[in-house]
This record gives sequence, C-alpha cells and structure tokens, in this order.
Amino acid sequence: MKSVTVIGACLAGLYAARALRAQGYDGRLTLVGDEPHLPYDRPPLSKEFLTDPATADGSADPAGEAPLALTDAEEIAGLDAEWLLGTRATRLDTRHRAVHLDTGRVLTTDGIVLATGAAPRRLPGPAPAGSYTLRTLDDAGALRADLARGPARVVVIGGGFIGAEVAASCTALGHQVTVVEAAPLPLVPQLGEKMAELCARLHGDHGVALLTGTGVRELRADGDGRVTAVELTDGRLLTADIVVTGIGVRPATDWLAGSGLPLADGVRCDAGCTTPIPAIVAVGDVAQVAGARAEHWTSATEQAATAVHNLLAGRTVRTHRALPYFWSDQYGVRIQFAGHRAPGDVPRIVEGSPDDRSFLARYERDGRTSAVLALNRPRPFMRLRRELARPSHATTG
Amino acid sequence: MIPVCHLADLPAGESVRLDTAPPIAVFNADGELYAIDDTCTHQDASLADGWLEGCLVECPLHAASFDLRTGAPVCLPARRPVRTHPVTVEDGMVYVHLTAEEGTAA
Repeated sequence: MKSVTVIGACLAGLYAARALRAQGYDGRLTLVGDEPHLPYDRPPLSKEFLTDPATADGSADPAGEAPLALTDAEEIAGLDAEWLLGTRATRLDTRHRAVHLDTGRVLTTDGIVLATGAAPRRLPGPAPAGSYTLRTLDDAGALRADLARGPARVVVIGGGFIGAEVAASCTALGHQVTVVEAAPLPLVPQLGEKMAELCARLHGDHGVALLTGTGVRELRADGDGRVTAVELTDGRLLTADIVVTGIGVRPATDWLAGSGLPLADGVRCDAGCTTPIPAIVAVGDVAQVAGARAEHWTSATEQAATAVHNLLAGRTVRTHRALPYFWSDQYGVRIQFAGHRAPGDVPRIVEGSPDDRSFLARYERDGRTSAVLALNRPRPFMRLRRELARPSHATTG
Repeated sequence: MIPVCHLADLPAGESVRLDTAPPIAVFNADGELYAIDDTCTHQDASLADGWLEGCLVECPLHAASFDLRTGAPVCLPARRPVRTHPVTVEDGMVYVHLTAEEGTAA
C-alpha cells in the first residue's frame, strides 16, 4: 500500500494516522478535515472550555484552543502527512478509491480510512440567533462568547450527557438553567431507570429545573431573529435568552450516499472495522462495528489500531472487542460507566451512598457483573473496569 | 519539605494525595516511594486515584500511563510529563521536597 487517505481529522482520524505510522506504513498519507483546526479534544467543550477562564482567555492562542490540542508540531512533523483542513469530502468513488473534495480536487489512493464522525441532530425549523448545538470547537466558542455577555436564562434541550454537562457549566457560570427532556427520565437507555434517577437528582441539587416527558414544538424569536422562548409540546412557554440543543447525533455519512458502502446508522463494518471493501475501513462515531455504533472517546481511539492493522493486511486479520466505557463530569461529580448493561440487569450499590453523590454500583445478571457505574469513585471503578475487561470475564460472561 | 504521612500509613500499592498547589500524589510502589504532580497532563484527573503497577501509574480517566521515576508519559493520550518530587523518610515520617516550578517545562 503506497497511499492512504484519512477522511476526518479529529480524534479518530488522528489516531488512525498515528497507528499507520506506528505500524510501519511509510507511504503517502493525507488527512482531510472539514474543520479548519488541527485535531483537538472534544470532551472539554461542554465543560472546562465553557467555564475555565484559563482555557477561555489565558492562552496566547486567540482561538483559545491550545489546551485542547491533541497533537503538536513535533508529532505533526513526524507523521509526515498532507493535511487538507477546512476541506470537505463530498463523494466517494469506491471503484477507483477516489475521494472527491469540495475544492474540486480528487484524491485517488490505495487505502481509505473513514473517520468523519457525527453531526448533532437539530430541531426542525429555523435556528434563531442565540440557539446552539455543541459539537465543534467553533460551536463551543460561539456559545462561550454568548454566555459571557452576562446572566442569562438558558434552556437546554436534551438531558443526556452533553445537555447535562452544558447545564452544569452554565449553572457554574451563574446562569439560570432549565433542562427539557422528552423522555420521562434522562439517561435511562444508558444507565437504566434506577441509576438514571440518581444522576437526574444532580440537576435539582444545583437549582436546575428538569422538565421531563415533554418535547419542543418550536423556538420563538424576536424581530431581530434572536431567540426569546422555547415552546413545549405540552403548551408551556419557557422564556429563554440562550438555547442549547443536545438531542443526539447522526453519523456523518450523507457524503457516502451512492458509494455502494452499506450505510445504516453509520458505515457498516465487520468486527475489524473493515467495510465490504477491504481497502476501506471506518473508525470512531461514523463506524458501525459488528452491529453496534459507539459515540465514545475511548472507542474512537481504540478502533484505530485494529482498523489500520486490517487495512494494511488487506483483510480482517484482527478484531477488537473493547469494553464500552464512557464518563461525564457534571456539577463537580465524575460519572464513569463501563460494561455491557442489558435491560433487566439489576444495579446494586456496593460502596458509598447516593446521598453523598459518591458510590459504586455493579449491574448484575445471573449472578455476574455485566457493567459498573461510579459517581466520584474513580479508584474502585477502575479496578472493576479492568476486571470486566479481562478476557476470562468476556468469554464466560 | 512537606510532611505526607507516617510510612506505616502508606503500604505498598497505596497512594496519597496532597492538597498542595498544585496537588501532589505520593506512591508506595513495591516499597519505593515516589511523588509526582497529581493531575494528569492530558485531562483533569487525579493520578493518586490511578492504577499502580510497578513503577507506572495509569490515569483513571483515559488510561494515560506515567513512569513514576521520571514523570514521563509512557503512552497516549498524555504527551507531556508530570513533575517529579524527591521523597525522604525521617523517623518514620514521609516527606516530599517540592521541585522548583521550572521543572514543569518540557
């Protein structure tokens, strides 16, 4: 293989580039990223980036992005890649392994890594000024600037991890925050009802109103096109100066329509991140690996080495069975979760107490631990996570 | 020189976090004592809560791993070292000797 193009230049794309060089690939390497920025870390965008003055204006970098950088000049030089940033891939011609770019250029290479991530779901209808989704550094920069204008009534639509983190950050900044969640309780799909209920209490603890079981009909705007209120499907009207929508993401596969690659909630791959065309692999949020798509930082980083190994081998010779892991920081509480929780698994608190917002819970199925959840208990969590990840556990579980 | 704890209170495999500014983590790695800056250089997490294996400590958030002897990261996602600090034991008490700030440059 003499040339490889990586489409997507953020976490998964960077890790793929690193893996290529680490695994001895010495051919031509091109990275295409639709954002103008070098790879940066997204998790802080809903947290420190919004709240920490050191990140906000303490940096010599006018964009304030240096603390988020995932790489540096030395590594970039070592990767010896061509970076096409601010450039969008518009079409993939799988027969010729040609990637068409919005600049008109066509990149024809031997191997392709798809790492285009996901894009936030949006509410139907126009998005007035003062309403945001949060995915990119530029999204977060715009929101941060708006939040800095003074105390505001912030409505967060969606009570998942992004919504909860944004709500916590806005509260820390002194804003008045309401979270609207369509489900009867947020985070139930991830944590199950009992544990989701304990996490949902964090909002109330910090003076954030959580409205559940109601959707959003529309955003109201004033004559200048600036958001003024959120109209709920139950008829209530919430006055709002700023609205942040965090209602999930969809994998960025639109540009792959007509490519012939199987697309169904992501690019469908085998357990080795390989598409039906062995010279094309997919990693990160855009990849549906062996029937499951993960939107987690750790999956994006772990898949890269496997995908690249198979790309260079020309077929799937290695599969990767990672233990799902994610974390969230809200209201000063670190939530960590790992494992394969199934509906019906029974969570049991084995350490600490929900009243202290510090506990460790095992989810149990047939007397075995299927998953583990911790609030502010990083050390025992890590011990259990390692236990769950051990192959002996996986094969007998 | 900052008193940490009695040596007897820091058995092998254990760690203790000092609320200094910045916080420091002191480890007993199989009988050898080490002190490093407590915060992972990748993202805000306490290394005192990490997984100790030999001379390496793994961050509890993203599994970045640091060599306690040098403070150097041995794997991603951390790319910058943590500062190390000398540790001594006198009359059964563990002490950390703060390394000057310029030691952070790397």
